[in-house]
Amino acid sequence: MSLKAKHEVLLTIPMYPDMELAAAKIASVLAELMDFNEGQIEEIQLALIETCINAFEHSQSEDQQVFIEFIMKDDELELKVTDQGVGFESDEPGASTAKRPGLLDPVMHKRGWGLEIVRTLMDEVDIESGSNGTTVSVIKRKQTA
Amino acid sequence: MLNKFDIQIRDEQDYAVIDTEGYLNDALGEALSAKAHGLIQEGRTKLVINLEKTALINSIGISILIEIIEALDEREGTLNFCGLSATQERTFRMMAIAKYAGIFPDEQAAIENL
Repeated sequence: MSLKAKHEVLLTIPMYPDMELAAAKIASVLAELMDFNEGQIEEIQLALIETCINAFEHSQSEDQQVFIEFIMKDDELELKVTDQGVGFESDEPGASTAKRPGLLDPVMHKRGWGLEIVRTLMDEVDIESGSNGTTVSVIKRKQTA
Repeated sequence: MLNKFDIQIRDEQDYAVIDTEGYLNDALGEALSAKAHGLIQEGRTKLVINLEKTALINSIGISILIEIIEALDEREGTLNFCGLSATQERTFRMMAIAKYAGIFPDEQAAIENL
């Protein structure tokens, strides 16, 4: 489906286990509607899952909610994931707590991969964070044949 | 519950194959870890994890897979994966899992390379 105008879908999820999966299912439906291919849909789902988990684990948000905007444009899907938590100071949410080296190899960290996975899978990643919360915006562009 | 999952074990003479079904998050990961550690305790040191019916794997699930790799490494064992999607394989390679565990396109190849 080709979109003539920008369309938005708004979703609020509580920070309950598996709620990131609900968001991923909606992302899948919208990406399919926009004619993203199967591989790209999986990449969008995984990036959204990791972004939501980051908010769940690190935001310390009092309202325990994550707000997600799905912005559908002609050739790209943008996701904005916002929490009203404490924000973070480094370049990476949870960077101070999450990197846990593995026994085999200090390079093979067990945790703290979330944002790196998101950066690998999406075309653009932007993070705005402050004392009133964090918004992670990611963009996936449709592959041209 | 959004995520219904299942784990099946096929215990052969020299190796075991673990089939997972569902979203590989902390819940499925911990269940998988318990099954894998049970096999390792019984002396199984050659394992295949078939992820064909696992469409999504999050980073917590992958961290639990790394713990299974570590447990097998302590016993000089081998873990091979099969049934990964292209995105899953890309993520595994980015996280250096391919350095310590095999990644194969199908179960037969994963078993043959144990």
